[in-house]
Amino acid sequence: MISVQHVSKTFRAGGTVTAALQDVSLEVAEGEIFGVIGQSGAGKSTLIRAVNLLERPDSGTVTVDGDELTALSPADLRRARRKIGMVFQHFNLLQGRTVRGNVELGLEIIGVDGDARRRRALEILDLVGLADKAGAYPAELSGGQKQRVGIARALAGSPKVLLSDEATSALDPETTRSILDLVKTINTDLGLTVLLITHEMDVVKRICDSAALIEGGRIVEQGRIVSLISTAGSRLAHELFPLGAVPALPGDTVIDITFSGGSADRPVIAQLARTYGLDVSILGAAIETIGGNQAGRTRLALPGSAAGNAAPISDLRNQGMLVEIVGE
Amino acid sequence: MLLDPSLPQFWSDLFQVLLIGTGQTLYMVGVSLLITVIVGLPLGIVLVGTEPGGLFESPFGSRRLGRVVNRVLDFIVNLGRSVPFIILMVALIPFTRLVVGTFIGPTAAIVPLAVVAIPFFARMVEIAIKEVDTGLIEAAESLGATRWQIVSKVLVPEALSPMILGLSTTVTSIINFSAMVGTVAGGGLGDVAVRYGYQRYSTIHMVAVIFVIFVIVMVLQGLATMLAKRFAHRSRPNRAEKTVPALRASAVTGA
Repeated sequence: MISVQHVSKTFRAGGTVTAALQDVSLEVAEGEIFGVIGQSGAGKSTLIRAVNLLERPDSGTVTVDGDELTALSPADLRRARRKIGMVFQHFNLLQGRTVRGNVELGLEIIGVDGDARRRRALEILDLVGLADKAGAYPAELSGGQKQRVGIARALAGSPKVLLSDEATSALDPETTRSILDLVKTINTDLGLTVLLITHEMDVVKRICDSAALIEGGRIVEQGRIVSLISTAGSRLAHELFPLGAVPALPGDTVIDITFSGGSADRPVIAQLARTYGLDVSILGAAIETIGGNQAGRTRLALPGSAAGNAAPISDLRNQGMLVEIVGE
Repeated sequence: MLLDPSLPQFWSDLFQVLLIGTGQTLYMVGVSLLITVIVGLPLGIVLVGTEPGGLFESPFGSRRLGRVVNRVLDFIVNLGRSVPFIILMVALIPFTRLVVGTFIGPTAAIVPLAVVAIPFFARMVEIAIKEVDTGLIEAAESLGATRWQIVSKVLVPEALSPMILGLSTTVTSIINFSAMVGTVAGGGLGDVAVRYGYQRYSTIHMVAVIFVIFVIVMVLQGLATMLAKRFAHRSRPNRAEKTVPALRASAVTGA
């Protein structure tokens, strides 16, 4: 649905040159929620703004729903943008318009007439749970409500893609959750493809099907979360299940076990202790529900060297778990 | 001839003179204000738009043209604002004669008044539009808006409140200059003040003129403040101050 190919963007301000994006490629499949995570300054904001060409890349192509945006004329680009809704960190609502007026903005731009516009706006406001605030001005709303208006505005023109530029970063944790749930609902009910950027791993955990890690203007890693979890050395997986630094335990072997799907509810550690008579100690664990499945990572200390523990480790691997030896 | 307040026709004459003077002043101010808005508003928009990174950064695809337009307009606006009005008024006499046919009378006075007020108001518009969050422009762009739609649906409506305050400052200075124009070209309350108050020593005429001008300014100012508030739609006052601090303060006290 969204294909970003070899996109680069460099900013020049005065004498300093900043390479915001360096040869970035990204594939977002239809109907999925794709999260790009990175720290501020990593280039994620430039990346999402390049998808609807608010920021035109220096090189590379951007294709959304079959339209190669980077090759379109200004008029065709404007038409193509109507298929791409966008929500912003600071909501970007018109202060002088009511909630309904804000939602109608996109429809006015397209040229929908007054009556149809009004009906559509109220319909969408109902969807985002703000039907009773149609006549209010943005200044009278809370942050979460403002973002719901932002989402309603983005959805009014029935786009196929929703871009979310740090949509929850200005919100408190509880409001963040409710907005994320709304995005998830829209994704499932309307079949909308969502590309979001965030610096919060929780956002990725809660709603994303796929994720990419961006650092210094480059995509370091990307893939479906389910497969990332079972990829050895995946930094996203480590970020998803943070276990901290590996402690130095002389004489012990420290292993990280990542399990997902079926292996999550088996008594793995008890079995290990029983079968091999090992005094297993649990050093840390992180368990999350990702994509409706239990997944997690446990750090164990097994007495003895890695070579001595070869049998139990291969047994775990045979059970379909990812085992990484992180210290011995 | 000195005027004697004890004469029976003094007060009715005063009323008559004030009425005509006020009418002429309102006519001069009203028409020049109208011209000022019609010319100054687009001028202010073009001034902001042609700045680097602006909406009309490269008109007809030419970045250089945008820069040239910006420089030229900026120069004209600065020139218009820096020349003292009394000099501008005299310097404009040939132009006024060309446009109106004469340089005497209230209609002729409209020309220098508009010429001095247009750059003033254009600056006000420029400042007001610069205060509009660029995020709003991006939001409109993301919805597929044309440049004209961004101007008409986002920039102007969102800058309406500070622009109204700017307009009220503009109208106050037009009233100010209209009095000056009256002394040279004739007409309006300034003319009344000079001919009766100064040349014929009538303190009553002088006080009456000052009072009428004061009332006009107060009414317009109040109206502008009310409209500005009406269009601001910011329920929490502390937030409003955070959004347009310098502008609000200067627009109110400057008037």
